[in-house]
Amino acid sequence: MNVLLAFIQGAIGQGITILFGATGEIVTEKSGNLNLGIPGIMYMGGIAGLMGAFFYEKGTASPSPAMGLLVSMLTCLAASFLGGLIYSVLTVTLRANQNVVGLALTTFGTGFANFFGGSISKIAGGVGQISVASTASAYRAKIPVLSGIPFVGKILFNYGILTYLAIIISVIVTLVILRTRTGLHLVAVGESPATADAAGINVNRYKYVATLCGSMIAGLGGLYFVMDYLGGTWSNNGFGDRGWLAVALVILALWNPANAIWGALLFGALYILYIYIPGLSRANQELVKMLPYLVTIIVLVLTSKRNKPENQPPASLGLSYFREER
Amino acid sequence: MNGSHKQKDRLVIHMIKRDTISKPKEWGIRLIAVLLSLIVCAVVIYLITRQNPAEVYSGIIDGAIGTKRRAWVTVRESVLLLIIAVGLVPAYRMRFWNIGAEGQILMGGAATAAIMIYLGDKLPKSAILPLIIVSSLAAGMIWGLIPAIFKAHFNTNETLFTLMMNYTAMQLITYFIVYWENPKGSNTVGVINPATKAGWFPKVFGMDYFLNVLIVVIVTVVMTVYMKYTRQGYELAVVGESANTARYAGINVRKVIIRTMMISGAICGLAGAIIVSGASHTISTSTAGGRGFTAIIVAWMSKFNPLTMIIVSVFLVFMQQGSIQIATQFGLNENASSIITGILLFFLIGCEFFVNYSLVVYRERKED
Repeated sequence: MNVLLAFIQGAIGQGITILFGATGEIVTEKSGNLNLGIPGIMYMGGIAGLMGAFFYEKGTASPSPAMGLLVSMLTCLAASFLGGLIYSVLTVTLRANQNVVGLALTTFGTGFANFFGGSISKIAGGVGQISVASTASAYRAKIPVLSGIPFVGKILFNYGILTYLAIIISVIVTLVILRTRTGLHLVAVGESPATADAAGINVNRYKYVATLCGSMIAGLGGLYFVMDYLGGTWSNNGFGDRGWLAVALVILALWNPANAIWGALLFGALYILYIYIPGLSRANQELVKMLPYLVTIIVLVLTSKRNKPENQPPASLGLSYFREER
Repeated sequence: MNGSHKQKDRLVIHMIKRDTISKPKEWGIRLIAVLLSLIVCAVVIYLITRQNPAEVYSGIIDGAIGTKRRAWVTVRESVLLLIIAVGLVPAYRMRFWNIGAEGQILMGGAATAAIMIYLGDKLPKSAILPLIIVSSLAAGMIWGLIPAIFKAHFNTNETLFTLMMNYTAMQLITYFIVYWENPKGSNTVGVINPATKAGWFPKVFGMDYFLNVLIVVIVTVVMTVYMKYTRQGYELAVVGESANTARYAGINVRKVIIRTMMISGAICGLAGAIIVSGASHTISTSTAGGRGFTAIIVAWMSKFNPLTMIIVSVFLVFMQQGSIQIATQFGLNENASSIITGILLFFLIGCEFFVNYSLVVYRERKED
């Protein structure tokens, strides 16, 4: 029972980062922007949150966890917004190729985060690894009373605030996309920008807003990783491939954030599965860690083979829209 | 539109696609972008290190070409970026988004390392290098072939497929490392055959990296000829323009996709051999080190022109090596070079807009 409990909790812990990233990428992709900069933006969001908390805790005599949470969340959102803005200006206004810009942004964001993560304490005149224990304790605070319930409480209520926020955001985004006029317009922009434009929808504005919102949501994934998962510290390249897994999860979720919740849980489970399979040699563990990518490839092949219209990526995904070139 | 009924002047900016642009103007715009990016980089470096930007730039130049050794590393890294970009060109000409160069490089590198480790002391030196080249080509080719087959037959999205292949390759490398690690328990492969130097690129004319440069020059020339003057090069360009046109013209689109990706993957695999055999003499998951991604941008920005690709590769590597030097000088970590690369890329990518479009600003008297 305890093993199962630890497995589920571990899977959720791994999955939440990916869920934030995937939800953000879905919002972005719905507008027709394939933002391959999301991994970089998640890095930027993570390090910015950490730096915000670091300078707050350093500059205040008795830092309060709640303020640390607020400050780090704001700096995280600001940095991810900036990342999304670079992407939008280059692809929407300056009409550059989306993949090229996205990859450049990921190079930039990863370097940005690893650079500051590795040197921030040195730049600030300190030594050793940074740690923002006070702020992290706010992120890691579990729901009181309810988390004490045996088993059910441990599975459902034993997480920090960002875990619940991830699920809430996914649900809200799903509702907005499926049930509101704004969502309908967004889908129209992604499916056929020319038609949307003719119907009087401001295509560029939708692309901008969707990309910026998507980036900020994804940035929270980086914040979750740094604050909740790592407990308020940094390890260079420790974030690893989670950003790309988020891009992969979009496919598995068939562009629906509600599916992404289950998908994230599955990816999280596959990510840590190697720990729970008894008798695995060290080499075979590495092969088991390959599963998330293989599953994504299989889903990718199956959806392209089946060709069901509702399971397809937005029709204009990856293409810039130029009114003059219709 | 906005409900105002007053007369007012308003600035209108029109973007007009240029029909033609003169070469000096085109390159002038790019030069301005480069200068602007250098200014922004200087500001960023200044903010971090608080050093005089002029000194910082002399530090960068010193870091890139200050000593003979550093200059050779810059050359080595430039040709490496170049060969990957050259390998990607056929795929991109065909509008096949091969983001999988990282994986193809890793597989080529793994094949090379395997031969060095298992056959290094069993084969004569004259046989081992050709074997390394052939098997790295084959390994990269297989890694490029898999997504191509699915693209050709099911139209599976190649961007995401090749991306996943990168991470599959990375996991495979960590799998191999378990068997190849040296010393045991270090979880790294270490320098392979340090004593015998079996499978290392030999010194030619006293130069460590002569062979690296030679291979890249040969591949670049061959691929330029292939793209420009052969039937296959023409066919893949037609497929890139329009798959339907290609079909009407009697081109077997599936065959072209698969063939082109085999070539593209093979060259990236060869790049893996150049890294492992010709430079690092070891293998790890970071052997490709993001070069596969940077090379995409190099190829795309250069519009596949080999000469431009050389210029862009050298420029990016120069700045990277220089900023690594700056970072070490100030005890900061070497990721500074990725920030610099990112800023340079943003400017270079953004300036293409001004090459393709002209802006006309005029006042418009608006009456509602």
